[in-house]
Amino acid sequence: MSQQAVNGVPCRGKVLTVENMNPNVKRVEYAVRGPIVQRAVQIEKELREGVKKPFTEVIKANIGDAHAMGQKPITFFRQVLALCSYPELLEDNKFPEDAKKRARRILGACGGHSIGAYSASQGIECIRQDVAGYIQRRDGGIPSNPDNIYLSTGASDAIVTILKLLVCGEGRERTGVMISIPQYPLYSAALADLGAVQINYYLDEDNCWSLNVAELRRALNDARQRCRPRVLCIINPGNPTGQVQSRQCIEDVIRFAKEENLFLMADEVYQDNVYADGCKFHSFKKVLFEMGEEYSSTVEMASFHSTSKCYMGECGFRGGYMEVLNMDPDVKAQLTKLVSVRLCPPVPGQALLDLVVNPPQPDEPSYASFMKERTAVLAALAEKARLTEEIFNTVPGITCNPVQGAMYTFPRIALPQKAIDKAKVCRYTPCSTRNLTPTRKRRRVCVSPAGGRRSSRHVLLYEAAGGGGNLLGARQRLRSEGRHLPLQVSLTGRFKYLTEAFTRLKENVWFSKVFRNTDLKKKNVCIYIQLQKKKGNKNPSLA
Amino acid sequence: MNHGTALLWKRRALSSLSTTRRGLPKEKMSENGMMSRAKVLTIDTMNPTVKKVEYAVRGPIVQRAVELERELSEGMKKPFTEVIKANIGDAHAMGQQPITFFRQVLALCSYPELLSDSAFPEDAKSRACRILNSCGGNSMGSYSASQGIESVRQDVARYIERRDGGVPCDPDNIYLTTGASDGIVTMLKLLVCGEGAMRTGVMISIPQYPLYSAALAELGAVQINYYLNEGKCWSLDIDELQRALNEARLYCNPRALCIINPGNPTGQVQSRECIEDVIRFAAKERLFLMADEVYQDNVYAEGCQFHSFKKVLFEMGPEYSETVELASFHSSSKCYMGECGFRGGYMEIINMDDDVKAQLTKLLSVRLCPPVPGQALMDLVVNPPQPGEPSYERFIKERTATLSVLAEKAKLTEQVLNTVEGIRCNPVQGAMYSFPRLTIPEKALQEAKELGQQPDMFYCMKMLEETGICLVPGSGFGQKEGTYHFRMTILPPTDKLKILLNNVKEFHQRFTQQYS
Repeated sequence: MSQQAVNGVPCRGKVLTVENMNPNVKRVEYAVRGPIVQRAVQIEKELREGVKKPFTEVIKANIGDAHAMGQKPITFFRQVLALCSYPELLEDNKFPEDAKKRARRILGACGGHSIGAYSASQGIECIRQDVAGYIQRRDGGIPSNPDNIYLSTGASDAIVTILKLLVCGEGRERTGVMISIPQYPLYSAALADLGAVQINYYLDEDNCWSLNVAELRRALNDARQRCRPRVLCIINPGNPTGQVQSRQCIEDVIRFAKEENLFLMADEVYQDNVYADGCKFHSFKKVLFEMGEEYSSTVEMASFHSTSKCYMGECGFRGGYMEVLNMDPDVKAQLTKLVSVRLCPPVPGQALLDLVVNPPQPDEPSYASFMKERTAVLAALAEKARLTEEIFNTVPGITCNPVQGAMYTFPRIALPQKAIDKAKVCRYTPCSTRNLTPTRKRRRVCVSPAGGRRSSRHVLLYEAAGGGGNLLGARQRLRSEGRHLPLQVSLTGRFKYLTEAFTRLKENVWFSKVFRNTDLKKKNVCIYIQLQKKKGNKNPSLA
Repeated sequence: MNHGTALLWKRRALSSLSTTRRGLPKEKMSENGMMSRAKVLTIDTMNPTVKKVEYAVRGPIVQRAVELERELSEGMKKPFTEVIKANIGDAHAMGQQPITFFRQVLALCSYPELLSDSAFPEDAKSRACRILNSCGGNSMGSYSASQGIESVRQDVARYIERRDGGVPCDPDNIYLTTGASDGIVTMLKLLVCGEGAMRTGVMISIPQYPLYSAALAELGAVQINYYLNEGKCWSLDIDELQRALNEARLYCNPRALCIINPGNPTGQVQSRECIEDVIRFAAKERLFLMADEVYQDNVYAEGCQFHSFKKVLFEMGPEYSETVELASFHSSSKCYMGECGFRGGYMEIINMDDDVKAQLTKLLSVRLCPPVPGQALMDLVVNPPQPGEPSYERFIKERTATLSVLAEKAKLTEQVLNTVEGIRCNPVQGAMYSFPRLTIPEKALQEAKELGQQPDMFYCMKMLEETGICLVPGSGFGQKEGTYHFRMTILPPTDKLKILLNNVKEFHQRFTQQYS
């Protein structure tokens, strides 16, 4: 009876519209595959159809997709996968014995000796054992329990699952999750989807994107006023920033997590991608255990790894795992139950992961060729990391930190004023306020239309110069929310307009926090301001 | 200290009762500090919706089965020598052989050096080349588009057109997924919104496949049960849909109707007329239709035929085909291929709002892409060897063999179970399961009650301990109050299935005797 009114649309309209769909989904943003990539795909199509362009090929440098960029798979891995896919090949003497041995072992662990059978939801047991063995070797003998290993559909799947476990509470009790800025947008997307509170801590660009515990503390203290911070996410080596954390810094982070009672999530998918001299990958698990019982038996942690990066770059197989430490046994049971609903991670990906953690050994026939291929890939990556840094730093207006690890450079770019003005004209209006429902309880609003990597000085968040209108939009939003919100404003030199706009804003709000207002001499500096509604200033629109 | 902590816990428990607490004092600040001895993440502080999730197909019975297997392998004595897992539709684990052609192509895609191997047939090679050419860098190891590889989506669209007698299908409406489950959960996620009496309600059949109830619990959506009619071979009744809908409107906003056809766990195949009625109902009541059609090739009973919702929808004319919003799901895990481990699947969406479609595409992009080997496999399922191609005969032979064995086992299961006093079983018209009804003696009901177990859980657990047969109790799928069932797959090899059915029979007789 009431359904028409409830759906809020006339009878002829759709059941599912953008107005009545899941509001959390609308808030999800994922720039790595956003409008730029969609346009790239379009252009590729246009090129194929013969449309003339000033280039002959679209180069997709947006995503860490090694094979798509021409990197060759590791022969041994693919031999074993072929054998697993079509076991008749086990009779073929073209395949080396060690590949056959691995394939037999994997098939032996599969139901009906087929990778077409479901596996246990936590992953094939013998593969979890191999993962544990790998972690133990990597961490100099620190024990790893296969029961703590969960295989996953790429690392993304596991990260989202752990976040999902952690989210609870409403209003100020809502779970807050600390993520680095710049971050890998999977995190912000998952948090939006789960309706959790994103807590930004900023990496220090001037110190090669290093992590600073004082900044962690600042972010945490600020956040405590609006949510319940429970989780700290670290990406090491960094994505998109390419830094490799020092051992000391990891210790500091662990101490901080313990002190502040935070669940640690260590995204370590680039663990083999370390290039810079003097840099070395230290796993959080290893450091945690080396800090002694006081830490190793208390700090709750999940660390993530994947088959998609490092020297193998096998993204398409969606292989990955996580290791959970010090997790409450009841919660672990819930985790196992939760992953069982999706039945199991793809078995070919599990098989591949097994090979990554259990590659050819020195006495096996494939060892030499495996090492050759592996070393070649990593050496080429190291060279490209250096090359990228060098060349970018020769360009006026581009400055770039060394790519110590991972697969990306995140240079800072100076945009000429005219370009910024043009951008303003073209599109970047402030937030689309129509997506805001008045009943919305979450107070954190990102005004940035630039999406993904919300770095203060790297992406034009939105144009504020001449932007009384923009700030007006923010003010309207403030009204509808009735609460403070952090507002990201890019200062692009035209202070006159900004000052004017700020003055107008002050009628309703006061600036409670100003971050990063240094370096005002430089171009394209953004400042981050937290705005709060003035006390006692009742807004008529809220009544 | 302990006392203080306990107080804090109490306070926290109390405060979690209220929904908003904007005006709370700052005392929360100290809480994390004070609680430093407890875990950050405990059963009391974890996501409450996750706790509500239940998934019986991999529940306690299966966990016990795995334990028993381990005990057997460690040499422990049991009244059986082998655990038979008839709990899940996992064909290969039950000994079904993969389709040779599919695996040849997958091997070629995995290790393209084999393309120069003359042992592989030409049609397998040409399929592999086509797939590899649509992969970035010609490698299955690269990410695909989030919606799935374009050429695979085109093949899926053509498959649907052929299946539906020429009803057009647009590849842009096809989304490849990580098994059908992924597609189903994604669609449900899009649909959930509102609070209180405005919360999205989703109609699901009882008995149901528990992915649905699990996903709804996790999303915090309202589950609306409509009961299938066991007396009429688990058929679907529009009056019952209407009853369920009307009742649900009092406490939620019903927006979606889920249908599983052929049925899981109940094995019925919907008639064309029934599908038409359902579509008319959905149109009238403005419900988004979700058609789970993963068993579309698994139809065994004479006179039964699979009709896709899409086809029927389009045959009902533009009044329906241009308005009713529909998502239909398919997978590489069932039918004759049974390739569960690859997690291949797709969904087709029809009449979806363009803006919502953009949101769907965005949402999927966060998870990057479905596993590419699963996409490749899906491509082979929708584009198998054609007459005239070298692998055609072998493919058809293997396919037919698998399907006819399944048909035979469906009949066998029904026949044997119906010879047991106290077990009644509808014909397995399609899919892969039998869902017989059990008479459980009063004494057993009592004992189960004392143990705090559902009677059919008690029954299945006992059967597992005594016979090594792993079934899923009907309570995991939902059933009419006071009725008891179990789900078993018909997948074990025929000789093993005969032994299994005989053991079930003997167990039931023993059980009945013991408790009467």
